[in-house]
Amino acid sequence: MPVATLTEIAVKKQIRIALRNCGVINPEKIEDYIGRDGYFALGMVLSEMTPENAIGVIKDSGIRGRGGAGFPTGLKWEFASKSKSDQKYVVCNADEGDPGAFMDRSILEGDPHTVLEAMALCGYCIGANTGYIYIRAEYPLAIERLKTAISQAREFGFLGKSIFGSEFEFDIHLKYGAGAFVCGEETALIHSMEGLRGEPSLKPPFPAESGYLGKPTNVNNVETYANIPVIFLKGAEWFSGIGTEKSKGTKVFALAGKVNNVGLVEVPMGITLREVIFEIGGGIKDGKSFKAVQTGGPSGGCLTEKHLDTPIDYENLIACGSMMGSGGMIVMDEDDCMVSIAKFFLDFTVEESCGKCSPCRIGNKRLYELLDRICTGKGEMPDLDRLRNLSEVIKDTSLCGLGQSSPNPVLSTLNNFYHEYVSHVVDKKCQAGVCRDLLEYFIIEDNCVGCTACARACPVGAISGERKEPHLINPDTCIKCGACLEKCKFDAVILR
Amino acid sequence: MTKIKSFEALKKYQEELKRIGDSMEEVRNAGNLVKVKIAMATCSNAAGAEEIMNFMTEALDKRGVDALVTKTGCMGYCYAEPTIEVTLPNHEPVVFADVDVQKADQIIESYIKQGEMVEGVIPVNYKTIDEQYN
Repeated sequence: MPVATLTEIAVKKQIRIALRNCGVINPEKIEDYIGRDGYFALGMVLSEMTPENAIGVIKDSGIRGRGGAGFPTGLKWEFASKSKSDQKYVVCNADEGDPGAFMDRSILEGDPHTVLEAMALCGYCIGANTGYIYIRAEYPLAIERLKTAISQAREFGFLGKSIFGSEFEFDIHLKYGAGAFVCGEETALIHSMEGLRGEPSLKPPFPAESGYLGKPTNVNNVETYANIPVIFLKGAEWFSGIGTEKSKGTKVFALAGKVNNVGLVEVPMGITLREVIFEIGGGIKDGKSFKAVQTGGPSGGCLTEKHLDTPIDYENLIACGSMMGSGGMIVMDEDDCMVSIAKFFLDFTVEESCGKCSPCRIGNKRLYELLDRICTGKGEMPDLDRLRNLSEVIKDTSLCGLGQSSPNPVLSTLNNFYHEYVSHVVDKKCQAGVCRDLLEYFIIEDNCVGCTACARACPVGAISGERKEPHLINPDTCIKCGACLEKCKFDAVILR
Repeated sequence: MTKIKSFEALKKYQEELKRIGDSMEEVRNAGNLVKVKIAMATCSNAAGAEEIMNFMTEALDKRGVDALVTKTGCMGYCYAEPTIEVTLPNHEPVVFADVDVQKADQIIESYIKQGEMVEGVIPVNYKTIDEQYN
């Protein structure tokens, strides 16, 4: 049988652990999940392990939180298990908010039972009998499939009282979020669950001591949970055999932007950005050249050519001035303006800042205004120092992770693309051709046939020229509306 | 469904599921069952997966192909949605990209009925957890 050669080069660099069942099983049938050893980890742990031993397995595996900060999951569970209380909670953070990241939705829609099983395992380990999945209401299909999965799990006795004949009981409920980015921060998430404003609070106390309703609470991200059953089934040693010294296992990235194979990829930690973008991602669209890659969404930074061969793990990304974040990976080519990119992310942060602390509320707004000045040609050289200083202050003084990382896009573009800032400020030029205010409409003499279409379309009379002679745009009168460019049939009008 | 009361019972239940699945396939034309999986997550649905689902179930039935059409989550091929995975008896699964009704029709007529490859196949570009580090 002949095999098509569409993207034969796509090498098998991916290993799917968290996504192991996505696209394989029918997410609405618990039988499919059981057929792939579903609930085996729960069955095994409940009948063969003490909570302490089970936490030991997670600690030994070396898995770290996949939601962004990369805190060791086993330690988190241990803290929660050691807190004394009559009631504890397990929370799943499904408030996926990074622009361009959608691995959590994909897991919830493709393999909801894995999250339920892992939450029950966590409940057993820390001594909790209730779990909540905090999910954004913008994910209706994921909610529907979770509801189906929860009722199936109850029917089979994987949730409820006396699970697998043991004394352990556990049930899971859904809580809906309204899609505020800051609610991905665990303290803000807990406040939102309690019906309060989604604002973070100072840690300590950590949720492991005092979380939901003041009780010890363990919050993990969807992708983290999706790894848990596999760790128990295959063993801590197997899991820690994948990845780098300090970052174990795999990470799911949402590859987006100017790359050929946009999609979800799950790769072992330690793979290089080059392998992800050029081998798995199939390179840059339309044969353009690579310029930068933004990892970690609005909290991350833009990395360049020189970082392409750095092995991806938590520490290395931070050392490069970015972060793992939830795993968004936006690829940019020569047509992207880095100042505009920084402005785009700041626009997002300004919108999503909860406003509780002033560095984040006011500082990010000022950062945005500075970037806007630069993009519209009103920037001055001292603005670049102001950007850097203000960024440092916001990072150092913000209350939660949102503000502490929001200046990263500014700092990383300043560090890696300083020349672009300078050309915006000094030459008033945007080389990528993105910042409209810095561009000029221009008529190419050789292409112009003198049809006068553009001159007639110009609302301010900025175009002059005799019939059948090349026309000319007066940049001082031009309001940059683009009417001439639309009207020209001879590709004579360009933006430059 | 009665509740599963022990780990042993779960293992037995999985074996039972496997046995039923195998025997069902044997019954169906001694293994001539074609399996079609359609990725149906939010992203694939937005790209038109539901239309393909309806078309495939109806068309396969009308044209007398013994097939099992199921929905599944997304395989992560966002650039190529809607995608469908077709497994012919005794063949490796094949994933087709950018499937529209016309392409689906072609897949049924050429690949499923005659085993002739249709353009637009995505090669499997990942290892399962059982393939590696075992």
